Amino acid sequence: MLTTFKKSILGGAALLMAAGVFASAQATEISGAGATFPYPVYAKWAEAYEAKTGVKMNYQSIGSGGGIKQIKASTVDFGASDAPLTKEELDEAGLVQWPMIMGGVVPVVNIKGIKGGDVKLSGAVLADIYLGKITKWDDKAIADLNPDLKLPSEAISVVERSDGSGTTFNFTNYLAAVSPEWKDSIGVNKSVQWPVGVGGKGNEGVASYTKQIDGSIGYVEYAYALQNDLAYTQMKNKDGEFVSPTAASFAAAAANADWANAPGYYLILGNQPGAKSWPITAASFILVHKSQDNAKTAKDVLDFFDWSFKNGSDIADKLDYVSMPESVVDMVEKTWTADVKGSDGKKIW
Amino acid sequence: MSVKQFRPGFDRGFHNLTFGLSMFVLLLLVAILAFLVMGSLPVLKSQGLSFFISSDWNPVTDVYGALPAIIQTLITAIIALVIGVPVSFGIAVFLTELAPVWVARPVGVAIEMLAAIPSIIYGMWGLFVFAPTFGTVIQRWTMANLAPIPVIGPVFASPPMGIGILTAGIILAIMIVPFITAMMRDVFTTVPAVLKESAYGLGCTRWEVVHRIVLPYCRAGTVGAVMLGLGRALGETMAVTFVIGNSHRLSASIMGPGATISSSIANEFVEADSKLHSSALVTLGLTLFVITFIVLAVARLFLLRLKKQSGH
Repeated sequence: MLTTFKKSILGGAALLMAAGVFASAQATEISGAGATFPYPVYAKWAEAYEAKTGVKMNYQSIGSGGGIKQIKASTVDFGASDAPLTKEELDEAGLVQWPMIMGGVVPVVNIKGIKGGDVKLSGAVLADIYLGKITKWDDKAIADLNPDLKLPSEAISVVERSDGSGTTFNFTNYLAAVSPEWKDSIGVNKSVQWPVGVGGKGNEGVASYTKQIDGSIGYVEYAYALQNDLAYTQMKNKDGEFVSPTAASFAAAAANADWANAPGYYLILGNQPGAKSWPITAASFILVHKSQDNAKTAKDVLDFFDWSFKNGSDIADKLDYVSMPESVVDMVEKTWTADVKGSDGKKIW
Repeated sequence: MSVKQFRPGFDRGFHNLTFGLSMFVLLLLVAILAFLVMGSLPVLKSQGLSFFISSDWNPVTDVYGALPAIIQTLITAIIALVIGVPVSFGIAVFLTELAPVWVARPVGVAIEMLAAIPSIIYGMWGLFVFAPTFGTVIQRWTMANLAPIPVIGPVFASPPMGIGILTAGIILAIMIVPFITAMMRDVFTTVPAVLKESAYGLGCTRWEVVHRIVLPYCRAGTVGAVMLGLGRALGETMAVTFVIGNSHRLSASIMGPGATISSSIANEFVEADSKLHSSALVTLGLTLFVITFIVLAVARLFLLRLKKQSGH
């Protein structure tokens, strides 16, 4: 009796397992990990793509550095990073990189009675605030940029990212571009030795600190500024014009980007010329292996990004990201054909 | 087929099984220690002891100094104990010696429930509720009244952000109170009623009974409870990360932002892509391991000495 019972349980289990294997063979799944900055738009794309094709895209927003680590360890099908790898780093790790989406990093302030766009800052002043050289909101340097605005004599509380982040990379890259002192004493990285201020974890950490601390200034990805209703600042760009952060000003900065002459698509969009360009615009990148063991999965991954390039701009617009222009998409897909190969050397795209 | 025939083999098997499980724990400890030591080598080789005495933490130049994190870990834990231990002691005494059952029961249950709240909830509460109140009410007052005092003033000087080392210490205190209280209450109830009754019979006051009978009887348990709280305060990660302000700087002010060992690891580990950076974080982990070990060892020694003195 007992043995028959056991057998039937085992048989049932075996059947269930077989069914499971069968089901997973049916549903295609691709996985990626990395930057948090583009996570909202990747998630929406994945949702729309799954509804259309049944292919499920799993994206873990663990941060750019994490994404690079994971793709190097081949635990995911693609990695995502806000800080591009250089051509040498790509070659060393056997990776292909391309820009996928663009957006903006926005300084946000919390001063009583100040609304979004009221405060105008220049790169040099922003750098001096983050260096701890400008400590009061009524400092002459700020007043000179805002002749019509009466700012309180309140201490500036600087808020920065405590975790390593592509947003910090793009922000410090911009500060280094406009302030020689920043470049020499602090430098550019995903995390740096901040001379002043408190650190919040993630975009949401910086947003909530900025919201809570009177007289604070922080920097977040644009979508977080909108969602949290934070007062963004206007920035003086390279051409000396004041611009507000909008999808249009990000796109203006992106339009000047010379992707064709950037080896391995290593290009940072900070401090671009153009009267309407937002100065802290950033691209986010995708990384895949050059040599693919599983050609089918590789094709699935490229299919997803191809679909997103061609059909994803509405979703991106809604979330205030900027899609890559068509010319760049063509270039990227040519790179896929040339560089992404199966382990047998066959083309995948 | 009788049970007796079956038993010797079963006993040996059971012995071997439990022995194996215990050895597994030892093995695990050794493996973790080995991982930490191996992971620490790169940064210790390149920087040597300056890792522990420098306060420079700079991922750009790949130079790491752990002094601020080490000191601030200790400071937050000490603040937590200074606030948490007397409060827990008071609650435990009240629950075991003074409170009527209809109060002791619900309060006891509430304490156990507080102990079960995940630390991230304390972190969120600390950030969204406690920190703003603390900043606007207490810090504005300390800034106006304590900061101008010459020698001790700098300890309290900081913009009223509500986020910082003291806030982290207070949140930690709130978190360890349920643990220490629950354990103290349990050891206090082990005091034989006859001892206490005799003391009351001799005309002792409540305080004298607690001070002369309960505490000496429960010395080991009480120290154990405090150490448990200290261990938790040293290692607590998420709640501290939320409210400490995460900055690798030594500051004279306990109101200013800081970073503990565990909050630094939580913040930076995923994004530490340079070899030295991740090694520096592993070394921080090793340091915390050693600190916790020292705390436990000191507690043991302390207990031994107490035992000798009391002649047991």
